[in-house]
Amino acid sequence: MQQIVGRCQALFEDLDFGAVKAWKAAEPGRKAIGYMPVYVPRELVHAAGMLPVGILGGGDQLEVIQGDAYYQSYICRIPRSTIELGLTGRLDCLDGMLFPSICDVIRNLSGMWQLMFKDKYVRYFDVPQNYQDEVGGRFYVEELEVLRRDLGELRGAPIGDDELNASIAVYNENRRAIRELYAYRAARPWQAPTSEVYLVLRAGMVLPPEEHTRLVRDYLAATDAVSRPMRDNARIVINGSFCEQPPLSLIKSIELSGCYIVDDDFMLVTRWLLDDVPEDGKPLEELSRAFLHRSASTAAKYDARREDKGQFLLRQVKGAAAEGVVFAAPSFCDPALLERPMLQDVLAKHGVPYTAFKYAENTGQMAPIREQSGTFADSIKLWSAA
Amino acid sequence: MSTVATPASGRKPEVQKEDAMWLQKELINRNYAELARARAENRKVSATFVPGNLNELLMCFDFARSLPETNALQNGMRKKSGKFIMDAEREGQSEDVCTYVKADLGMMQGGEVGPTGEPLPRPDVLLLSYTGCFTFMKWFELIRHKYGCETVMLHVPYQGEGRIAPNMRDYVVRQLKESVIPTLERISGVKFDIDRLREYMKESAKAEEDLVAVLQSAKNRPSPIDGYFGAVYYIGPIFTAFRGTPEATQYYRQLRGEIEERVRLGKGPVTPDGEMGEERYRLIVEGPPNWTSFRDFWKMFYDEGAVVVSSTYAKVGGLYDFGFRHDPDHPLESLAEYCLGCYTNLNLPSRVDMICRYIEEYQADGLLINSIKSCNSFSAGQLLILREVEKRTGKPAAFIETDLVDPRYFSAANVKNRLESYFQMVRQKRGAAVGAH
Repeated sequence: MQQIVGRCQALFEDLDFGAVKAWKAAEPGRKAIGYMPVYVPRELVHAAGMLPVGILGGGDQLEVIQGDAYYQSYICRIPRSTIELGLTGRLDCLDGMLFPSICDVIRNLSGMWQLMFKDKYVRYFDVPQNYQDEVGGRFYVEELEVLRRDLGELRGAPIGDDELNASIAVYNENRRAIRELYAYRAARPWQAPTSEVYLVLRAGMVLPPEEHTRLVRDYLAATDAVSRPMRDNARIVINGSFCEQPPLSLIKSIELSGCYIVDDDFMLVTRWLLDDVPEDGKPLEELSRAFLHRSASTAAKYDARREDKGQFLLRQVKGAAAEGVVFAAPSFCDPALLERPMLQDVLAKHGVPYTAFKYAENTGQMAPIREQSGTFADSIKLWSAA
Repeated sequence: MSTVATPASGRKPEVQKEDAMWLQKELINRNYAELARARAENRKVSATFVPGNLNELLMCFDFARSLPETNALQNGMRKKSGKFIMDAEREGQSEDVCTYVKADLGMMQGGEVGPTGEPLPRPDVLLLSYTGCFTFMKWFELIRHKYGCETVMLHVPYQGEGRIAPNMRDYVVRQLKESVIPTLERISGVKFDIDRLREYMKESAKAEEDLVAVLQSAKNRPSPIDGYFGAVYYIGPIFTAFRGTPEATQYYRQLRGEIEERVRLGKGPVTPDGEMGEERYRLIVEGPPNWTSFRDFWKMFYDEGAVVVSSTYAKVGGLYDFGFRHDPDHPLESLAEYCLGCYTNLNLPSRVDMICRYIEEYQADGLLINSIKSCNSFSAGQLLILREVEKRTGKPAAFIETDLVDPRYFSAANVKNRLESYFQMVRQKRGAAVGAH
């Protein structure tokens, strides 16, 4: 188990993307396509025989020097550290970048990438905010078709439906494994601490999905084989961290303060589609239907009805038997911070306690966060005892 | 036309304005009065955003029309927004997020009294035109969540590739047909009549033609207008509740006449302190203005003889100067193209191209970026825009930072210092250019 977590930690800390370089070097002509967090259809990249690589900023180990010259102080950190990764050559191993529809900052970052890295394939990947098959669905299928055509051109041969269905099967399996991981953690969080689960998830950003699926299951088997002490911690859900990721030390601090994280929205791309996508249909239409009707809710998506707001979070709370929610959003994150009051209101109406703070991917001072989450955990324990 | 010290209505002026500016103010105030009367007159009320606003369509359903961004900026100019923002923050909104949103929410919390002191009715429908700004989506979700207003989404895809693909246009048209129009019919109780829409669009195109002539008059030396501070007044009717009305057509015809007369007389822009003196600097400005200190901000320019010959902000509600006109022969497709073509729906390379083109066509001395803390849609990427424009044009660029309607983020001394340094840079560059010859 330590070996698996150690490997994941090494992949996490490797800001030179050695695993990607090794994968490319193993076979001549291999290509890798980066994507920012939230949702992109990785199945298409995989079907083109390419490696989808999740780019989640620079974390707290990267000193941002050049990137700061591109952004004002009131803009979140992930675009500046991503620019830093690009300018320092760390992303040279990527043959292209996909920028999904998250917010105005990432949207504009796609154009910056076009201006700064002219020799790379760059695409802003739009997703519909209308969920009718004949409206948003038709738009989305066409967007998928354009991406499929582009990637086909990049590899020198069109991507067939069979290849896509095969990749859908691969990602279904990966999502199944991750669902198992989440279910296991929710049931026995002391056996699968989030500081480890997070690293296992992060490995999926740079490993081929087949290998990552095996790694997730290996981790589950390994951690289940050792008995770890169970603590009287508060069970909480983390919300707001779907884009710029918190530093690992922040996750550890929350756990050390007396919380078990039993659900979260870290690296949501790995769990965006909530169930299996049919593997024998028209692949683009099946991917579209899965996105429109069976996908996770986040602040980057429109809730078509008022009564839908917060329901996904409530289901997370109930499904994982959580006792409270910690809103942890990056500073200057418009989507997460604007969403938060609505979610808090829904939680309040359902009697779910919550607390909230902000972070940046390089936040170093954990004492205030530890104090806040510790107090929150204590108060939950007091209420539940009452 | 003459620069007037007395408004058409005969009131004593606080500041000097052109005739058309007074007319514009009357139009905007009239809309607030209409909104205030809407309930008594049993009219349904809509709210929508400025970029890509579908005014012609909303008029087809007899809606009174409110624009929350305009409400926020009007409250900003009237020094009311600071309290609203703090009220919204006390209610749980983050200090990090858009101040338009907070000013709007704060105004609603404070009893829904509009900028003119008249009541603003709670909208019957929020038309969520998701154009050029992600925050719009959350803004109307927040209002819907708090006040129960019905919302209809019009998702406008981003021009990530720098062009409008047929799929994008078709998607917007399908939403109009399948979702937006049926919802507006249901809420208003008025059946959609496409010929009525065509008539409004014919009227829009006339006004658009005159607006473009006004904005492009700044190619003259001296420029008869200020294409940023002055243009804010010029774009008011067309970007809000008046595009498609005969009043708007009349307004733009009158404005064009006044400006053409100024060109004939070789006059510069009218400022709040009267005629501008010698035109010493011609600038392009990127980014919205600051509203809470609007007049002080403008004064920093005209005191130095700096005139803004073109601005990207004057294109925030629609880009007409490169040829787009509402087309009554293809009404829905044309509405879709209008939404897709708003300035902040363009990708960064297109924005850079546009600014470089302005610098050349308007013979500008350089670019000034007013970076707005609240507005990521404009602001994220502006430092790269600055570098690219300098690289391509060789003209100096400068950067200042303010906010839309949060008075806490306007530091007059800092802005003035930066502007003075910039003007000095422009002079040095000119001197170097002369020396090189």
